[in-house]
Amino acid sequence: MTQKSPLSREQIAKRVAAELQDDWLVNLGLGIPTLAVDYVPEGRDVIFHSENGIIGMGPKPGDADVDTDLMSAGKGPVTLIPGASFVHHADSFAVARGGRLDAAILGAYQVAANGDFANWRLPGKHVGGIGGAMDIAYGAQRVFITMSHTGKDGSPKLVETLTYPLTTRNCVTKVFTEIAVVAVTPDGFVLEETAPGYTPDDVVAVTGAPLIVPDEVGEIAA
Amino acid sequence: MKNKKAETLDDALDRISDGDTVLVGGFGLSGIPEKLIDGVCDRGLRNLTVVNNSSGAGRIGVARMLERGCVGKVICSFPWGGASAVFKELYEAGKVDLEIVPQGILAERMRAAGAGLGGVLLPIGLGTEIAEGKAIHTVDGLEYLIEPALPGDIALVKAQKADPRGNLIYRLAARNMNPIMAMAAKYTIVEVDEDVALGTLAPENIMTPGVFVDRYLVTGRYRPETWEGAWS
Repeated sequence: MTQKSPLSREQIAKRVAAELQDDWLVNLGLGIPTLAVDYVPEGRDVIFHSENGIIGMGPKPGDADVDTDLMSAGKGPVTLIPGASFVHHADSFAVARGGRLDAAILGAYQVAANGDFANWRLPGKHVGGIGGAMDIAYGAQRVFITMSHTGKDGSPKLVETLTYPLTTRNCVTKVFTEIAVVAVTPDGFVLEETAPGYTPDDVVAVTGAPLIVPDEVGEIAA
Repeated sequence: MKNKKAETLDDALDRISDGDTVLVGGFGLSGIPEKLIDGVCDRGLRNLTVVNNSSGAGRIGVARMLERGCVGKVICSFPWGGASAVFKELYEAGKVDLEIVPQGILAERMRAAGAGLGGVLLPIGLGTEIAEGKAIHTVDGLEYLIEPALPGDIALVKAQKADPRGNLIYRLAARNMNPIMAMAAKYTIVEVDEDVALGTLAPENIMTPGVFVDRYLVTGRYRPETWEGAWS
């Protein structure tokens, strides 16, 4: 039996980036989603939107070219691709709510089997940070979530019903973790791929909701 | 022609009073009216309601207004960043109130205020804590939250260039909330890198027409010392 090889953060980013298609407009959240910029498949022209008003965000510049007026929503320095444009904040969120984003890649604390997700506040804490997540997840045509499959205490993060405060309901398309790719369907979670060395049963064991396992489950190309 | 150019920081800020709602532009490190913020701090203003995307990071932006005791309430989308130490301390001590608003709703509530609307219907936040206590209105079978307009008494805006009529150009992504705030306040004060002669700005390139601007102060590309290494 192959040794279990959970995906690194970069490998999760690479896997989710493989979903991005030519000519898509895509918004990226903080953390692993931001890494996806570096893994867009060759030959696909993907345009990145940053909610602070950049349409056509390019990769990080060298230190000498950092401009504090050109930062991503993640507060990191970025560049522009040819043909990029700027909008003010209301127009930037019109892009999101108006359905112009082909996809958003976001992090999460929990995803529920009906496509609800939670990412803005931990239970028991007074305050969290919403930022643009509610608007973006509502408006994007597809919401891809990258996260660890379980919490630090081993508790499942794919659940039947959220126990963390809701960000946006019924919006998640697919979840990408270190051990699996899971689609959210009208029937609930469906296992699409597993990481090298993992069986569907391994994934079922750490998933907190029914997981439909089709006859064919692929291996994640890591 | 009305003279909108302020000669001094005090001159620029003479209309702000204790208790005002102050819309403060900027996102991250881009487009923050830092000199005007210094001026608000030095005037010792109190009990301001400050509207910004965040609660400030480190000692940047509205964090300095919080630190100097000027702020009674913050309305923002992202109060709890890793570097929001000043806000966290004041909030946990019960010294500042918070209204957390999703970023797109924040922008749209101010846009509504600037457009003379009483509010907007937004599909964002349904089923979440944000919706608690809010009225829901149905249009064509879809539910929306009724979100009230968010007007300011004062807007503190950062732009790159102004002409004598107060027409503004913003630089790169430093535009962010600034044009919306300029329209949403009763009195708009702008900090600019430079002022240019009348007729220099191509009319079709003007981003905020001067009709929305009351005063501007030329500061150059001002960066407070607290910015050192802030982006890294």
